[in-house]
Amino acid sequence: MSDVLGNPAIPPDASDSLAVLEKQRSTAETFGIPLAVLLEITHRCPLQCPYCSNPVELDRSGKELTTGEWKKVLSELAEIGVLQVHFSGGEPTARKDLVELVKHASDVGLYTNLITSAVLLTRERLSELADAGLCHVQISFQGVEEGLADRVAGYKNGHRKKLEVAKWTRELDLPLTVNAVMHRQNLHQLPDIVQMSVNLDADRLEVANVQYYGWALKNRAALMPTVAQLDECTRIVEEARERLKGRLTIDYVVPDYYALRPKKCMGGWGRQFFNISPAGKVLPCHAAESITGLDFESVRSNHSIAWIWQNSEAFNRYRGTGWMKEPCKSCEFREIDFGGCRCQAFALTGDAANTDPACALSPLHETIFKQAEREAEGETNRFLYRNFAGGTLESENGA
Amino acid sequence: MAGPRNISVSEASRPVLPRHARLKYDETRQVWVILAPERVLAPDEIAVEVLQLCNGERNVGDIADQLAAKYAAPREAILADVIVMLQDLADKGFLTEAREKTS
Repeated sequence: MSDVLGNPAIPPDASDSLAVLEKQRSTAETFGIPLAVLLEITHRCPLQCPYCSNPVELDRSGKELTTGEWKKVLSELAEIGVLQVHFSGGEPTARKDLVELVKHASDVGLYTNLITSAVLLTRERLSELADAGLCHVQISFQGVEEGLADRVAGYKNGHRKKLEVAKWTRELDLPLTVNAVMHRQNLHQLPDIVQMSVNLDADRLEVANVQYYGWALKNRAALMPTVAQLDECTRIVEEARERLKGRLTIDYVVPDYYALRPKKCMGGWGRQFFNISPAGKVLPCHAAESITGLDFESVRSNHSIAWIWQNSEAFNRYRGTGWMKEPCKSCEFREIDFGGCRCQAFALTGDAANTDPACALSPLHETIFKQAEREAEGETNRFLYRNFAGGTLESENGA
Repeated sequence: MAGPRNISVSEASRPVLPRHARLKYDETRQVWVILAPERVLAPDEIAVEVLQLCNGERNVGDIADQLAAKYAAPREAILADVIVMLQDLADKGFLTEAREKTS
C-alpha cells in the first residue's frame, strides 16, 4: 500500500493498489523530473532558530528572484511535469507577492503547499491565500509552550501567534500540518506536541529531528539528543500513530547520528528532488551550497530547468554510483542509500565523495559519533541564533 | 474542533477525498495521481474508478451497485473489495466522510 514519497525503506508491493509513484519511476533510472519541488523564495525570516536548514551564507533580499522571474519558474515547472510546489524560505510570507505567486501556481495546475513560521500572517492574508488556491499549510512549532518555544525561535510571542494562525487555517478549511523540529531541549514535550496537533485539528504532524548541517552543526552541542531520548521519541511516535490512525498522520524523521546505516539523503543526489534558492540557483538539496567547489546553475542562466536537472555538472557529480570511493564503491548497499548525505560527508570529512560518517562503515564513524554522544550528555545549552550577520550567541540568562 | 475524522467504512458511508488530497491526471507521466502534502500516490485503474465515484454524495452501496452493473459482476464481492480498499485509504488519511450538512 501507499507510503511516504521518498521513503526508500519500504519495498514496492506488486499487489499494491496505491503504489508510490516515485518508486516506480526511480527504478527505471531515468532521473525523470521530480514530482515535488521546494521553492525557497526568500532567506529573510523574523525567527532565528539555531537549527535553520538554510545555508550559513544567506542570500540577501537584493539577490532574490523578482515576481516575474518566479512566475516564469512556476510555469516552466508545471510544463515539465512537476506536480507540487512547496513555498518555503526563510519565511515565504515575508515576500509581498506571495498571494500572486500562489495564484499563478494554481493557475498553471500545481498543488501548492505553504511552509511557514506563521508569525507574519494576518487572517485576511491567509484568507487571500486560500482564495488564490493554496492547497495546504504547514506551520512550524518550536515547542508546546511559549517559554521554550519563543526562546528556541528567538522571537517573542511567536508561539501564541502560531496557535492563532493554526486556528484560522482550520476555520478557513485549509488542511494543516504541524511541523515540530525536535532536539535535546524540547524532546520532553513530544507527547504534548502530539496532543496540541490533535487539539489544533491538524491532519498531519511531522516529528522532524534536527539534521546536523549548516546552522544545526554549529549548534550541535546544544541540540544533540541522547540515545535514551531518541528511543523514547520513537516509542512515543509509534504509540501515537497507532492510537490516532485515520485522524492524525505522523511522519517521523530520525536523526542519523546514532544509526548504523546512513539515510538515502534526498532519495539519492539528483534522483528525485531539487530546490530553487532565493537567488534562483537550482540545487540537489537545500544544503548543497555548503559544498564548496560545486558550481550551481541558475534559472537566470540560458539553460532550461529541465536541462539543468539532466545535464548540469553539479547534478551529475554525485549521481548514481560512479563517483564513489571505498567503502561505498564495493558496498552491497550502495544503491540502497547511495552513501548517505553528501553535505554531511563534506561538513564532517572535507570531501563530499567520502562515505557519510553516519554509516558504520565510514572510518570516521566511531570518532564523530562518540563526540556527539559526549555533547548530548554535556551542559552546553546556549544557542547560536541564525541571522544574516553569521549568527548571534544567546546571552547567559537566555534570549 | 471538527471531531474525530477516523472513519469506519461501511455500505452506508459517503466517502470523499479530504481537502488536502487531490485526484489528478498527470499528463507528463500519463497516469492518475493523488496529490497530498509530501506524498504523490499512483492509484491503480480500479482505485481511480472507485475514487472518481467518491463525491461525498454517493454511499459505498451506491458505488458497489454502479460497478456491479458496469462489470456484470457479483455485487457482494465488489462491495467487500471496495470497503477494504477505502478503509485502507481512510486509515492512511486519504479518505474522509462527507460531513452532515448543517443548514
